Amino acid sequence: MDYTNNPDVKLPLALIINMPELKENPFRNRIVESFSEDGLGNISFNDFVDMFSVLSETAPRELKAIYAFKIYDFNTDNFICKEDLEKTLNKLTREELTPEEVNLVCEKAIEEADMDGDNKLCFTDFENMISRAPDFLSTFHIRI
Amino acid sequence: MSEGEMTRLKEEVEEKKKLISTLRNKPWRMRRRLECLKDAQQFVEKFEGALGKGKGRKLYAFKVMMTKKWIKFNRDFENFKTACIPWERKIKEVESHFGSSVASYFLFLRWMYGMNLVLFGFVFGLVVIPEVLMGLPYGSIPRKTVPRDEQAKAMDFSVLFEFGGYCKYSFLFYGYYNNQRTIGLLQFRLPLSYLLVGVGSFGYSLMVVIRTMAKNSNEGGDGAEEGDFTFAWKMFTSWDYLIGNSETADNKFASITTSFKESIVDEQENQKDENIHLRRFLRVLANLLILCSLGGSGYLIYYVVKRSQTYANMDEDELSWFEKNEVEFVMSLLGLVCPPLFETIAELEEYHPRIALKWQLGRIFALFLGNLYTFLFALFDEVNAKLEREETIKNATIWAMKEHYSNFSELNNSTAITPLSINPADVMRGPCWETAVGIEFMKLTVSDIQVTYLTILFGDFLRALAVRFLNYCWCWDLEAGFPSYAEFDISGNVLGLIFNQGMIWMGAFYAPGLVGLNVLRLLTSMYFQCWAVMTCNVPHERVFKASKSNNFYMGLLLLILFLSMLPVVYTIMTLPPSFDCGPFSGKQKMYDVIIETIDKDLPAFLGTLFTYAANPGLIIPAVLLMVLAIYYLNSVSKAYKHANNELRKKMQMQRDEEKNRRNNKDSTNQVMKDLEDLLPKKSPISASAKENTANIQPLSELGDKPSKVSQKPGAVATGRGVNLQRDVSLAMANPRMAVTRPPGPRGPSALPGNTLQVPGGRGRGRGQNPRR
Repeated sequence: MDYTNNPDVKLPLALIINMPELKENPFRNRIVESFSEDGLGNISFNDFVDMFSVLSETAPRELKAIYAFKIYDFNTDNFICKEDLEKTLNKLTREELTPEEVNLVCEKAIEEADMDGDNKLCFTDFENMISRAPDFLSTFHIRI
Repeated sequence: MSEGEMTRLKEEVEEKKKLISTLRNKPWRMRRRLECLKDAQQFVEKFEGALGKGKGRKLYAFKVMMTKKWIKFNRDFENFKTACIPWERKIKEVESHFGSSVASYFLFLRWMYGMNLVLFGFVFGLVVIPEVLMGLPYGSIPRKTVPRDEQAKAMDFSVLFEFGGYCKYSFLFYGYYNNQRTIGLLQFRLPLSYLLVGVGSFGYSLMVVIRTMAKNSNEGGDGAEEGDFTFAWKMFTSWDYLIGNSETADNKFASITTSFKESIVDEQENQKDENIHLRRFLRVLANLLILCSLGGSGYLIYYVVKRSQTYANMDEDELSWFEKNEVEFVMSLLGLVCPPLFETIAELEEYHPRIALKWQLGRIFALFLGNLYTFLFALFDEVNAKLEREETIKNATIWAMKEHYSNFSELNNSTAITPLSINPADVMRGPCWETAVGIEFMKLTVSDIQVTYLTILFGDFLRALAVRFLNYCWCWDLEAGFPSYAEFDISGNVLGLIFNQGMIWMGAFYAPGLVGLNVLRLLTSMYFQCWAVMTCNVPHERVFKASKSNNFYMGLLLLILFLSMLPVVYTIMTLPPSFDCGPFSGKQKMYDVIIETIDKDLPAFLGTLFTYAANPGLIIPAVLLMVLAIYYLNSVSKAYKHANNELRKKMQMQRDEEKNRRNNKDSTNQVMKDLEDLLPKKSPISASAKENTANIQPLSELGDKPSKVSQKPGAVATGRGVNLQRDVSLAMANPRMAVTRPPGPRGPSALPGNTLQVPGGRGRGRGQNPRR
């Protein structure tokens, strides 16, 4: 099969998330979805390369920030709202925090990063916050 | 082609080249990128030839390949270095289950192990090995042989365990080393090396501790910045995408949950209310109680030491084991009982856990310090007693020698006197106080090790077993109430480690084998305590970060280093070495070795140089200069800190202003409010401006959503015409928003139906008063 002339081969989500590099990642579904063209997780080879290129060590911070924003935006409305944050937190802690604690953390996070006061994070808020994080580059990285 | 066209073409080619190099960084879909790349490459190929360039492509490719190989090599080397760090997985496991404070103890332990390993390398390589390989063997001279009257019991286990018998006369202790100026083929100067290694280990330890302190303070330097986005960063950057192992993932989940809980506790602590007076009273009471117990422990040690001095004068065989080891026993007991006592008393104080830990550490520090120095005074008394005995024995030996010579010359009538040939075991020996001191320190260390391990075994392990298995047949729930499982005692363990190190530093000069013993101890401690913590302990109920405590531990370590250096330096400078044992025997003072070396081994001018350098007239100005330098650096660093704080405050103020303006609230800055009050009111325009802006608010909200660069009429929140102008200047200064477009067209054109402009309004969307 000649892959150079853009054949129309897509792999389903369920196959990709079982890769050893992604298997343990709590955000694997969102990662694959955000790199797929149809938003459902069926990715072609080009998208696959794209995904690992962004997640590689040498990708620049701005590019990673853009895609990180896409990944954490669960309802794909171009904002990280409180529900998105709650889902992120629950995935991170495997739902071991009490609802009050979840609420407190999400509110604090929004309070910290929200610049324009609309109670959700737009891309500029997110980028402003993540560009100062010291270990963003080292954690948002998959070696393949 | 004309010149203009050439330059234009060149520019375009450059642009395309730049596009090719940055193509990877664009967030486009792969297909689009590939198309773009193909176009750009074709363009460059077509026109580069026309411009006469295109050479050196091979060289460029070669350079690129070499750079890639170099980067890969560096990365592999870094990976290798990281893989060499021992116990990384163990510590990570402990960290993910117990939080960063418990793990900080193990990190500290590992660091100590590294430092002790280096010290051991020095001592072993430069002192022990030369003496063992190139010096005289056991049994050849008196100092290396067990005396005749001790030989019967020399191999007994009990004697060996007390470091008597063969142990005492081995390379483990000071007394074994010979005072020959040079030994072996290489003319290795052992006495000099002994002295330098002794002093050098202090120097090395000092350097390492200070370097680590500096590194820690650098890392923690961004305190305020760190506080800005705590929760947001935790949420978005805590998961490590590299994790592929399910166990690691479990650990990571546990550690993230713990970390969130830590931050939540921190947050809540900041919001608690206080009842000040009751708290103050309780704190004073608690401090009084603790002072009393410290005083009590000091007196107890003094009493026991005095008793041991009377025991020392009695015959050894009449004393029981308890009486012989009373001092060490009491010291260990105090070290065991007092810390929990302090902790219970400290519950009266109700401090934040991190601060309570610091207080606890401080108190235990005071306790151990008192213990250590009382022990030292006891030793000094013993040393003085030995020195006195030595005088008598020395006189006796000289007398015996004189007698032998006179007898010899009488009997044989010749002046050629052969030296007395006695079996080394039979020679009369001096008491050798240095070895005695070394033995004391060894015994103290061993008893310390025993106490630690036994405490863990009984206090933690057996307790856990009892709680687990007796729970089935006990009336109340052992796991939830008393005694339940033990929590890991961080402060006690850390201080134990620090004081142990202090004792090692003090004793290493007199017992070179002590450092080796310590290395073994730290190694086994690591494995034993990791196992114990994972098996028998539960995580603390209140979890908190220990981030800044690292420098606190290092500070304590530095203090102990100085305090343990003092006795050693004092003895080197003041006390005379024993006349018949050790590398300095026969000299007046120990540092005479250096003077001897300078005289004999170094060229003459260096000797005169040193005499000049040791002149007080030179040293005092040097000391003054250093004091001045310290003062100057201190004030410079204070100035920097001040400037930092000012900048931070400014940034925070701007951020708040932006936020408030967006929310159309009044400025919360009191200064701004006061200034506004001072300005003259402008009634007519401002009134209508207020009405109109209130009306257009919803419209502009909708219209402005996609462009966050402010085109909003936020400034009119204050509702006064003149203020718009001032707010303009404020808005101009804000650098934080990603300005994705140049200052837009004047406000009027951006909004529907806008005609009226407030005088002086420029720039971003000022003066939105559309209605007429």
